[in-house]
Order: sequence, then structure tokens, then C-alpha cells
Amino acid sequence: MSGGRDAILGSIRRSLGRGPLSGDAAAALEAKLAAPPRGIIPRRVQLDPAALVDLFESKAKGVNATVTRVASADGVPDAVADYLAHENLPASLRMAPDRGLDDIPWSKRPTLTITRGPSDGSHEVGLTGVFAAVAETGTLMLASGPDSPTTLNFLPDSHIVVLRASQVVGPYEAGWDRVRATYGSGSMPRTVNFVTGPSRTGDIEQKIYLGAHGPRRLHIIVIEDGEAAPPAPDGA
Amino acid sequence: MQPTSRNFPQQSRDALADEKLQRAMGMMKVGFVEKRRAAAEGLPEFEALRDKARDIKNEVLANLDFYLERYADRVEAAGGHVHWCRTPEEARQAVLAICRRLDARTVTKGKSMIAEEIALNDFLEKNGIEPVETDLGEYIIQLRNEPPSHIIAPAVHVLKSQVEELFREKHTELDPNRVLDEPESLVAEARKMLRQRYFDADVGITGANFLIAETGSSVIVTNEGNGDLTQTLPKAHIVVASLEKIVPTLEDAAQILRVLARSATGQEFSSYTTVSTGPRRAEDPDGPGEYHVVLLDNGRSAMLGTEFQDMLRCIRCSACLNHCPVYAAVGGHAYGWVYPGPMGAVLTPTLIGIDKAGHLPNASTFCGRCESVCPMRIPLPKMMRHYREREYERHLSPPAARAGLGAWAFFARRPRLYRSVALLAARMLGMLGRGGAIRRLPLAGGWTAHRDLPAPAGRTFHDLWRAGER
Repeated sequence: MSGGRDAILGSIRRSLGRGPLSGDAAAALEAKLAAPPRGIIPRRVQLDPAALVDLFESKAKGVNATVTRVASADGVPDAVADYLAHENLPASLRMAPDRGLDDIPWSKRPTLTITRGPSDGSHEVGLTGVFAAVAETGTLMLASGPDSPTTLNFLPDSHIVVLRASQVVGPYEAGWDRVRATYGSGSMPRTVNFVTGPSRTGDIEQKIYLGAHGPRRLHIIVIEDGEAAPPAPDGA
Repeated sequence: MQPTSRNFPQQSRDALADEKLQRAMGMMKVGFVEKRRAAAEGLPEFEALRDKARDIKNEVLANLDFYLERYADRVEAAGGHVHWCRTPEEARQAVLAICRRLDARTVTKGKSMIAEEIALNDFLEKNGIEPVETDLGEYIIQLRNEPPSHIIAPAVHVLKSQVEELFREKHTELDPNRVLDEPESLVAEARKMLRQRYFDADVGITGANFLIAETGSSVIVTNEGNGDLTQTLPKAHIVVASLEKIVPTLEDAAQILRVLARSATGQEFSSYTTVSTGPRRAEDPDGPGEYHVVLLDNGRSAMLGTEFQDMLRCIRCSACLNHCPVYAAVGGHAYGWVYPGPMGAVLTPTLIGIDKAGHLPNASTFCGRCESVCPMRIPLPKMMRHYREREYERHLSPPAARAGLGAWAFFARRPRLYRSVALLAARMLGMLGRGGAIRRLPLAGGWTAHRDLPAPAGRTFHDLWRAGER
């Protein structure tokens, strides 16, 4: 609808009292979009990698996620099976095709039934990896793609997430750095979900209840893989 | 919805007498204010981030044409479509055309104030398409057939007991003897009733909290996950958003997101903040096949360069509503249109005209709490005052108010006369006020009908000042 586009841009320019931007003015804005400057980074995330993992855990627990740490990928099957038993959930998972989950020795717990792929709503428990984890607010960054169907993040009643300590970053901006490094500047996956705790609503008399439409349980398993995250840039 | 802002005086009187509404608003008042305060105190950088957020938006508005063009280019590069709509009618038609082409019977909806502004639901229904609200608050008011009363908590005016009655009345396929005492069972019931609707929908419509020029992305901020199911499962995702939602970069969005949830509900971050760019990629296992952005002007471009430009910084957090004593007393429906509270008092006359909405900027004591909590530092009382000035100039204020102001101005320009008359009035009022208070005063019935006027206690301020008693 180019008529609408020209009319709206024209109306904006009339109100601002100028024509289209050009020359230095436009170049300066283009430069900013090509190399976005960082804004204010809260001091709370200016920590070393190990402390960031602690911050992530404490923030995630503060928003009703549960968190378990394991020393290596070997510990994950037990952690998952134990969690399901503890919550009285069936020992059955719908797992993302995420290659990052392949090196976990799932056969250690043969009673765990695992199928892989997106969810059609019939699964009680979904298990995914993450793209990154933001310590600042205990937030998971999940990026859509062949490895990570978006439906797995929202349809199953319980969402188990397996992440490595090296995937933990401090502020959201560090997460965006990783997105640009992975997808190229200006290019994005279809969806980046920032997930902070389980689904909730306060729509009935202002009290919070979990499990509105998304998962009512979010369980996070952190593999302490000992690889340092890239150092956080200065806050400036 | 047809504006009824002209009837604000009667609507607010009705609201004050509505016992259930008063109980509901009582709960709202305390919750939001305390939570916002705790969240602001929990982030040392909060005040600096408010300044930064204001500066980011001001820079966008000064270059809005540039950023919109870049944004649209990026959306199309990612495989999406932008529909530039000057008016609500163009926006409605753009949505309808997409739905018709896909032979849509039902559409699921995430919460969107723009969709309310263009009255999208009624329009879709008239055209044989069923809109299904998925946000729990929106779902409740859709069943009650009423508009939202708050910009982030649409059913804040509804009590739990009223929700229970409503669900029993409308969810007829469920066991009529089921127990619904606990609010959790109401939430679980809504979840169950809506789950299949997500799968059945042909099109999903959401709003956008931000549009990002750098990447052509739309951002939604929710807690329930309903917006995500709405946009992921159907054949097409339509974003309806107004022009001023643009921010330049992902970093800019992160800056403003840090103050958004904290100002709204006191959360550090909402449960689900989703950044979406274009339709499903060839290799994606799920996602919508089409991605459309219906970009609405409806008066925003005309606000640029005027004394109301600052209003375009609004991110719809609702902090101003939550702190406003007038909103807390009468609730959102009294304001008569889509946007209530202080931000509605400025935006409503801007969008529908001061002649239709003149009461709203007058429904304020200028206590200034709205401006003090606005994360974008919008000077709301100043803009309300601009509207009062415009009303006065256009002779739209009530004749009695004009006469009163005219009389006061006559005396105020003659200081000696003013002081003598004030002294006389103080002496007379002092005689009228037995026991320190005046219960009834001729010509001031509007005030003394509901309050006692403290009786003046002797000397005027000018007197005391002259006598050196500071």
C-alpha cells in the first residue's frame, strides 16, 4: 500500500518541518543501526562467570522456577528422572531436536521415554536447551530454529530446560551480541523468547496464579561445564 | 467502541456508587503502587534508565520517518509485509483482507490497545469472523461484553465472585456442580477452554510493545504465554501497532524493557518477552506461514511538532493509572473510551477531539503523581493544562467556570482591591463558620455538598506577611 506509506511519511515530515533525511544526518543514523551502541548496564551483572551463574540461579528461583546444578552432562538423566518422580509426573518427555542435548547419556535412565520434535499440545513435559541465559533477571533466551521448536516452550504443562554454565551471560545486551555473532548482523531467528519463570496471571483480584496458558512449571538444570563465558564488556 | 467521554460526570458518579467496583479498585490501588516502588528501589540504575528511555524515544520521534522506512525494509527482507494505514478504517480493512484471503473463521487475539482503538472485534464479527480473546482479563470482559477498564489488566474492575458467576453462565459444556471456590480453578478453567481455540484459529492477532528498526522485529510483553500461542500456531500472525512504537536497536529495546515491567507490575521482567521477525523460515519446525504488520497512524504523525509530542513517548505501562487518585476512585469505564487515567486524559482528546473529551483533562487535581512515576518522564499535568487552555479559548468550558475565572481575574489584576475584598470575605466567612467549619455555603454548593470548608481563622496571609510574621 504505497499510497499509505507516502502519505504517512509525508505527514511526519510536514509535522517535523523538513524533507527526508539525507547526507550526514542519515549517515549517522545508518551507522548507529549498523553498530548499535550499548546503553546503561546494571552494576549487578558486572560479575565473574561463576558469580553470574549464582545470580542466574537466585533470580530464576525468585520467579518460581526451580533450579538444579549438576557437575557434568552425565548427571542430567538422573536430575530429570528425579524431578519427574518428585513432581508425580510421567517419566515421559518430548525433547527438542537440539544437538546440544545429544551428548547427554539418556540411556542411563532407560525408563525415561523420549520422543523428539515440536509439540502438538499432547505432551505433558517438554525438554529443551537454550540459546543463552541472562543472569540479570534469571531469564532464558530461546531462539527458534530446526533445533528448537517454539511450541515446545509453550504447550507442555511442564518445561524442563538444560543449559550449560558457559551459556550464562550478564545483561540482555550480551545475549544480543551472541545472536548477532550466530545469525549475522541484522539477521534474526523467527522468534527469540525471553522466558522468566513459569506462565502466570494477576487478572483475578490482583493475585498471582501460575500456569495461565504457558507451562505452570519451569525446571532449570545447569551443567557446570567449567567453560568461562566471554568476559562482560564495560558498562559504558 | 463509541466514545462516551462526554458523560464522564455522570459515569464517575455511578462509579462512586458502585459497591462492587469500589471493592475491586481498592485491591488494585495498593498492589500496583507497592510493587512498583519495591522494583524501582531494587535497581540502582532505575532513575538513569528513565532518563535514557526518554532520550531514546525523543531521538526516534525526531527521526520517525527514517526509522519507519528502515523498519519496513527489514520486515520485508525477513519475509513479512507492512501495511501502512492512515486511519482505523484502513487498518480494519487490511486485517479483513488477510483474514478473507486465508478463509479465516476464527482468529485468536493477544491483548492490543490498538485493536480496541480501531474497534477491530466488532468489525470482524460483523464480517462473519469470530475473534477469541486469549488474555485472561480480555477473555473475561469479552464474555461480559464490555470494554477493558485498564490498559494492562483489562478486568481489574471485576471481582472473583463475578468471574465465577460468569464462567458458570457461559461455560455451559462443563459440569454445573463443579467447585469453583479457588481462583486457581478459574484460571485452570480458562486455560482449558481456550487451549483448543488456539489450534483452531486460522489467524493470530497481537499488538506490539515495541517495533525494532534495526531488525524489523516486533516485541510483545506478556505473563500468560497467550500472545505466544496466538502468534505461533495459526497460518498467519498479524501485528497491529501504531507508528510511535518504533525504537532503533535491540539495545534500545533492552533499555526501555528494564523500566517497563517494573513500572507496570513491579516485576523485573515479564514471564514472556518475545521478539519476532518475519514468518516461519523454511527449516523451522513450527511458526506462522505469514507475518504482517498493520502500522497505524490515526493522528500520531499530526502530534509531532506540537505541544503534545511528548505523549508519543508513552509505552502503555499503566503506572500513571495505578497512581492516580481519580482513576482509583472511578475506574476506567467512567473515562468513556479506550484509554483511561492520566494518559487517557491526554491521548483521548488528541485522538477524538477536545470537544468530545473535554471532561477528561479536567478530571485531575494536578497532584503530579502520574508524572513522578512515568518511566518515560511524560509531563502529563502540563499537557492536561494545555487542553484546559484550549477549552477556555474555544469557549468549551462550562459558562459558570468561565464566569468564575473571569471574576477572579478581575480582582487579581487589582491587588489593593483584591486584598480588601479578601479581608472582607475572610471576616464574613469567619462569622458563618461556627465551630471552625462551614457546612453549607451559598454559590459553593458543589464543594460543600460533600465537604466541610474550614472557616478562616482571623487575619489574611497578606496581613500577616506585612506584619512581619513569616
